[in-house]
This record gives sequence, structure tokens and C-alpha cells, in this order.
Amino acid sequence: MTGPHNGGRTTTITEAEPAAADHGLGSAVVCAGLTYRFGAHTAVNHVDLRIERGETFGLLGPNGAGKTTTIRMLTTLLKPMEGTISVHGVNAAEEPMRVRRMIGYVPQLLSADATLSGRENVELFARLFDVPRHLRRDRVESALAAMGMTEPAGRLVKTYSGGMIRRLELAQALVSSPSLLVLDEPTVGLDPIARTDVWEYIAALRASTDMTVLMTTHYMDEADTYCDRIALMHAGSIRATGTPGLLKATLGESATLDDVFRRYTGGTLDDNTEQGGIRDVRRARRTARRLG
Amino acid sequence: MTSAAPGVPPAVSAEPSGLGIALPPDTPLAIARRLVSRVGTLCWVELRKIRHDRSELYTRAIQPALWLLIYGEVFTKIHAIPTPGGIPYLAYLAPGILAQSALFIAIFYGIQIIWERDAGVLTKLMVTPTPRAALISGKAFAAGVRSIVQATVVVVLSAILGVTLTDDPLRYVGAACIVVLGSAFFSCLSMTIAGIALSRDRLMGIGQAITMPLFFSSSALYPERIMPGWLQVISKCNPLSYEVDALRGLLVGTPAHLGLDFIVLIVATIAGVTASAALLPRLAR
Repeated sequence: MTGPHNGGRTTTITEAEPAAADHGLGSAVVCAGLTYRFGAHTAVNHVDLRIERGETFGLLGPNGAGKTTTIRMLTTLLKPMEGTISVHGVNAAEEPMRVRRMIGYVPQLLSADATLSGRENVELFARLFDVPRHLRRDRVESALAAMGMTEPAGRLVKTYSGGMIRRLELAQALVSSPSLLVLDEPTVGLDPIARTDVWEYIAALRASTDMTVLMTTHYMDEADTYCDRIALMHAGSIRATGTPGLLKATLGESATLDDVFRRYTGGTLDDNTEQGGIRDVRRARRTARRLG
Repeated sequence: MTSAAPGVPPAVSAEPSGLGIALPPDTPLAIARRLVSRVGTLCWVELRKIRHDRSELYTRAIQPALWLLIYGEVFTKIHAIPTPGGIPYLAYLAPGILAQSALFIAIFYGIQIIWERDAGVLTKLMVTPTPRAALISGKAFAAGVRSIVQATVVVVLSAILGVTLTDDPLRYVGAACIVVLGSAFFSCLSMTIAGIALSRDRLMGIGQAITMPLFFSSSALYPERIMPGWLQVISKCNPLSYEVDALRGLLVGTPAHLGLDFIVLIVATIAGVTASAALLPRLAR
């Protein structure tokens, strides 16, 4: 940790980067000078980020901070306007197909196909990731079993609860055995029991594999409990990176991650207009309509 | 992933990368196989959906049934529309209604892709190792699969109403190919408009504005030769006319330009796939 220093209008704190991973070969993800603009608005502004293999990394920040745009560039949905991203040493802009093969992605919305069964949803992704036919059935069943979804797998997804759909989506992401699991607000919209349930499955997965997990969340308690390291993003820039413990320690003994969030994003969690706001309500209604 | 969790599938390595990650080489053959595989997968999904919920098949059968039963029967009796070889108007109309059913199904795919964008499904599909053109082709041919199921219903209805259809199985295979190509083109047209309109409301307005003109400016209801000159020009530019011409030739046996019809539909489909694939990233933004 290099300690707080003045990085412009907001104080920035970053930990020291491992010198051995200069070209990203030893890291799961390396972003260098990553920039993306929507017209005159710079959504992501020269972001440097390194995620080590096997760690659970949280990307936190209020709405509009640039988290989703960063994730979209990392998952090859957007091409960086400046800078580079490499996933296990593969340049995401130059070889998007190779990068996609390494990624399991769970988007923010509950996006399993409600008109298919759970098993068919997972099989769809096994096919899209070219899992050979002779292995496919075993892979699908293994992924379902890993998320505790074997029993309801024959039912149509429209009969599932939100937590079950999220676990099914994790099974979809796992069926290709990704080396990098990208979770975009994996527990948003779920009740506390379902949230805990989903995290228990992710934690069990983490405990038994060396899969790298990159997640965004608005829940500071989740980030504090489950992330090895976090980065706090605000107005398109990384304002702080480090372990939750280390970041809290910079603010004092009794500091919480909420305090850290407020300190480095220049506001409060109430600035997060999406959560509980009209967009969240609309999104929840859309999901409810879609799933019948 | 280099170590497998209990229950978590181990990595499949088609090309050892040193990381234990599956990285098949991107040779032209591999790309072609991937394209075929994706089209097959998305058609499989469509068939599974139809299997789980057949209600759409029944509700979508109502409109063609009404066209054949009411419009077809009335115009057959009044002999208002000249038909090639003097065949009954109902026989002339049936392939046109079949093409119309397929058109109405295909035009829905633009709305569906915007719905998938809003629901996050499209994003998830686009993060899989699927080229954009393969994703669009898959959806286009999935529209074809759904249209064939619908076309079967129209063919059965026509037979019940006394239309004399071919008994040559090969001609039915040819007709199925035409329906798939036509649906693929119109679904691509719809997805292209979706890539420009970007919202469901706008697309529904545009969809309604173009669907009936496409239908009425084709030879689905009446021969081209009785159209006014300006409409004949539009009809010649309308791929639906070529789809109807081929279906009529194959199913009812009227004179048709099958070679030209196939070429026009294949070229139109390729152009449609190219245009919608180019616009797909706009939907993901």
C-alpha cells in the first residue's frame, strides 16, 4: 500500500502492484490505461487494475462510477477506446473469442430463459461453449449439482424463485469451466435468505477451485465478507484498491467498509439512486413480468 | 480452471494453453463448424420452446384460417381475381397466406431481440464464444424453424378446405427451404430495424408500418400483372413476392421461377445477416 496521495480532486489510495506480473501473464486480469467515452462523457478514465489468479475481487462504486462499462470492456462487449485489457495474458480487444472462452458471466438481471427448463438453460450454454457432445450431459449435471439445482432442473424456470434463478445462472456460467467468473451484482433484488444462499454456493466454489472471481456489488457487507481485495471506483476512476481490512484500517479502528465507500467515492450509499429507486423498481417489475 | 471442485466440471482443453483453458484454434473450418453448431443450437432452443408451450401455434393459426375461410372462399366464388391456369383462387391464395404467416412470425424477432437486450439475455449470449454473424444466423434460422411448424398448420388447413396440393415429398422439402429462407430474411430485417430503433415501442410502430405494406405489395393475394405499374416495381423489389412465387410453384404447381426465387432469397438473407450482425453491438452498448 503506498498510502493516500493526491490524485486530482479526490484522494487516491492504491496498494503496491506485484512487480512480477508486468505483462499480465501471472495475473488473471490486467487493465492498463483503460478508457471509454460515451460522446462527451468519459465513463471510464484511464483505469489501471490488476486481479491476481484465484482471488475474489470486488469492484465497488456508486451508479455511474464506470463499473458496468469496465465489466463490459472486460467481457469484450465494448472495445476500449484507449488502453488494454488482458485476461490470462490474452488481449481482449485483439482476441475476443479466446477471452470469452475463459469467462463465465452472470449479468445483473435475472436472465435465464423462463420458457426453458433449468437443465435446458444450462445445456444451451454447454452447446454455446462447444462442450463436446460426449461430455455434455455429465458437464450439465455437474454444474447443476454444484449449485444444488439437480432436483428442480426439469422444471420450467418461470416456476423458480429469484435465488434459484441466480444459482441456475451460476450453473450456466460454470458449465464451460471458466477460469474467470464475472458476477455483476449477483445478489441484487434477492431477499436476505436467497442472498446468503447464493453466497454460500459461491464461497463453496471458491474454496474448492482456483477460479478467479470478479464481482460488483452495492452491498458493502458482502464485499467485506467475500472479497479478498476490492477497488473503489468513482466518476470513471479507481480511487482505492486493497484488502477490505487494509482500506478500513486507513480510516481508523472502528471504520466500516461503508465509511471507506463514503470516503473514497465522495458521497454516501444514498447517492446510489438505482438501488431502491425508480430504475430498480422498473427493473424488478420487468423481471417479474418476464418470469410470469 | 486447473483444479476441479466437487461437482464442478473440469476444463476441456481442445488446445493446451498452459492454463488448462479450452482454446480451439480459429481455422476457417473451425469457424464454419462453429457457425453450423450455433445455428443448430438456437434452432434446438426454438423447438424446445415450442414443445413447452404450444399455445402460440394455436393462436397464430387463427389469422391464416380466417384469411383462407373468409377472404379465400368469398374471392373464389366471385372470380374477381384471375389466376394462372384458371386454378381455384383458394389454391392460389394458400401459398400466399403460408408466406404471410411466416412473415408475421419473423417480424416478431426484432422485438424479441430488444426484449432479450432489456432482460440481459443478449448480453449473456454475446459473452459466449459466438461470432455476431453466427448469433444472428442462429436466430434467423430459429425463426425459420418456428415458421415451418406454422406452415405445416397452414398446409393442413388448406388441405382440409379442399386445396389440391402436391403429393411430391421433395417439393415439400423445397417449400420448407423457401419458408426458412424467407423467414430468415424477414427476421434479419426486423433485427436490423431493432439495431436502429433500439426500443420496443419504436420497433412495434415500425413493424406495424411495414408488415402490411410488405404483404400487400407482394403477389400473395393477387398476380403481379394486375397491379398498377408502380406497385409492380415495388413487388419486384419485395422478397416476399419471390417467396410466394416459389411456394406457389412447389405446392400448387403454377409456373414459377424457382432458380431466381432461391437466389434472391439467399442473397437477401446473407445481406440481412450482415446488416443485423453489424448493428448488434449497438444493442449491447
